[in-house]
Amino acid sequence: MRKMLSFRPERFVVPVLILVGWELFSRSGALPPALLPAPSTVVVAWADWVFGIDGNTQNYTGHWIGDAASSAWRVAAGFALAALVGIMLGVAIGWSRFVEVTIEPTLQMLRPIPPVSWIPLAIIWFGIADKPAIFLVFLGAFFPVLLNTIHGVKTVDRNLIRAGAMAGADQRRLLRHIVLPAAMPSIFAGLRIAIGSAWMLTVTAEMVAVKSGVGYVLWDSYYFLRYDIVIAAMASIGLLGYLSDLGIRLVMARVLHWQRGTTLQGEG
Amino acid sequence: MSNILIEGVTKIYADKARGREVTALTEVSLEVRRNDFVCLLGPSGCGKSTLLNMIAGFEKPTTGRIVVDGIEVSGPGADRGVVFQQANLMPWLPVWENVAFHLKMRGAMKAVRREQAQIYIDLVGLTGFENHYPSELSGGMNQRVGIARALLMNPGVILMDEPFGALDEQTRMDMQTELLRIWERSQGTIVFVTHGIDEALTLGDRVVVMSARPGRIAEVLPIDLPRPRDITSPHFNDVKRHILSLLRSAPAEPAAA
Ligand SMILES: Nc1ncnc2c1ncn2[C@@H]1O[C@H](COP(=O)(O)OP(=O)(O)O)[C@@H](O)[C@H]1O
Ligand SMILES: [Mg+2]
Repeated sequence: MRKMLSFRPERFVVPVLILVGWELFSRSGALPPALLPAPSTVVVAWADWVFGIDGNTQNYTGHWIGDAASSAWRVAAGFALAALVGIMLGVAIGWSRFVEVTIEPTLQMLRPIPPVSWIPLAIIWFGIADKPAIFLVFLGAFFPVLLNTIHGVKTVDRNLIRAGAMAGADQRRLLRHIVLPAAMPSIFAGLRIAIGSAWMLTVTAEMVAVKSGVGYVLWDSYYFLRYDIVIAAMASIGLLGYLSDLGIRLVMARVLHWQRGTTLQGEG
Repeated sequence: MSNILIEGVTKIYADKARGREVTALTEVSLEVRRNDFVCLLGPSGCGKSTLLNMIAGFEKPTTGRIVVDGIEVSGPGADRGVVFQQANLMPWLPVWENVAFHLKMRGAMKAVRREQAQIYIDLVGLTGFENHYPSELSGGMNQRVGIARALLMNPGVILMDEPFGALDEQTRMDMQTELLRIWERSQGTIVFVTHGIDEALTLGDRVVVMSARPGRIAEVLPIDLPRPRDITSPHFNDVKRHILSLLRSAPAEPAAA
C-alpha cells in the first residue's frame, strides 16, 4: 500500500517532457492552433469547465462536477450490476457441471458480439437516458467478470475443498467459505478489466445515445470545434478511469491482504 | 470393539488420459480398534493415500465397504479429522480461524471460536502465532496448525497422510514426539500413513505393511513396546529387517501387471 502511494520524482520526467514539447510545438505555428491546442489552453478551458472562471467554455462553464457525476453514476451502476451477476453466474458455472452445460454455450455465443453493436437496440429498448448507457456498461463489464470468476472457481485447489468438507462444510458453506475466497484474486483481475470496459462504454454511449456526461461534452464540443474542451474531456475520462481503478485496487488490497507481496508487487 | 472396519476393499481408478484402468488396491481388509495408533507403511504407489482417502470419504471403494463407528462411510465428515501432507490451510484465514474452521461451519460465534482455537493452538505449541497467516509460517508450523484444526473437531478418528513427509529430519522427530504427547493426552484413533520404517516403528501400536502392484496388505505387525521407543535397539533392528524383507519381496512382479 505504501509502495503504491510513494513519491518517486523520476516518474514525472517523461510526462513533463511530453507536455513541454507539446506546448512548444503548438506555439511554433506548425499547425493551426485550433487543431492542436496547447496544454496551457486546455488547462484554461478545463479550469473554466470545472470552476466556472471566465466562461470560456460557454454552456459547460462550472458544470464539470455534474458531468463527471453523470458519467460516474452510469459506470458505477453498470459495473455493480455486472459484478453482481457476473460473480454469481461465474461461481454457478464454475462449480456446477449442470449449470455450465445449460448456460455457458449461450453466453459464449453472445460474447463475440461487441457491446457497442447493441447501441441501436439499447436505444430502442431503453430510450435516450441513463438506461441504455447502463445496459451497455453492463454488457462490457459482465464478460470479463464472468470469465475470470469461472476460471477462479475452476482452479480452486481441490485439496482445500477436501479440507473444508473434512471440517464439516456443506455445499453452500464450501462455496461461501472456500470457493469464493479462493477465487477472489481471479475475480479481482476480472473487475479491473471490467472497470476499464465500463468507462469505454459509458463514453461511447454518451457520444451516441445520451445527452449528458463527459462523453457527451467531448462529442458536443467537437461539433463546436472546441478541441481544447475535447482534450480536457479526454483528460477527465483518463483521470476518472484512473481513480476508479485505484479504488478497486484499494479494495483489493484490503480483501487480498493475505496475499501479501504477491498481488501488489509490480503494480501501481 | 472395532472403530474402523475395512472389508474386502478394492479400488480401481479410471486412468482417463491413457484410456485404461489402474488397480490401486485389491481386497484389503483391516480392523482398527478404538484408540489404536495404526501406521500404514509401504513404498510410494502402493495405495496408502487411496486407502486413507476412502476412510476419509474423499474416494469411494470400487468394491467392498468401510465402516466407521458402525456407519458405512459415504462422504467426508467431521467425525474423521484429516491431516494432509501439505497442510492445506486456507491461506486467507489467520491461524486461529483455520484452527476453528470446523466451528465456523457449525455457525459458532466468533468469541466461542476464538476461545476454542486458543486451546488447540496452545496444545500444538503455536501460542503467539494466532493472527499470523499460513504464508508467514514455516512448513512445520503450518503442519501444527493442520493438526490443531483436526484435533479441535474432537473426532473419533484422525487420519494423517505423511503429515511430516515434507519436513526436515530434526523437525520431523520433534513433531513425532509431540504427536505422541498429544495423542496420549487426548486419546482417539489415529491412522498414520508413512513410507518411513523408523517413523512407523516410533509411532504405531501396529504397523500395517503394504506392498505395491497391486496394492495390498502384506502383514500387520503389532509393536508391543512402551514409548518413547529406542529405534536403534537390537529388537527394533530385527523388526526392521523383517519389514525390509517384506517390502523387497513385493515389487518383483512386472510393472505392466
Ligand atoms: N485419482 C487417481 N486417478 C488415477 N490413478 C490414481 C489416482 N490416485 C492414485 N492413483 C494411482 O493409484 C496408485 C496408488 O496411489 P496412492 O494411493 O497415491 O499411493 P501412495 O499414497 O501409497 O503413494 C498409484 O499407482 C497411483 O498412480
Ligand atoms: Mg500418498
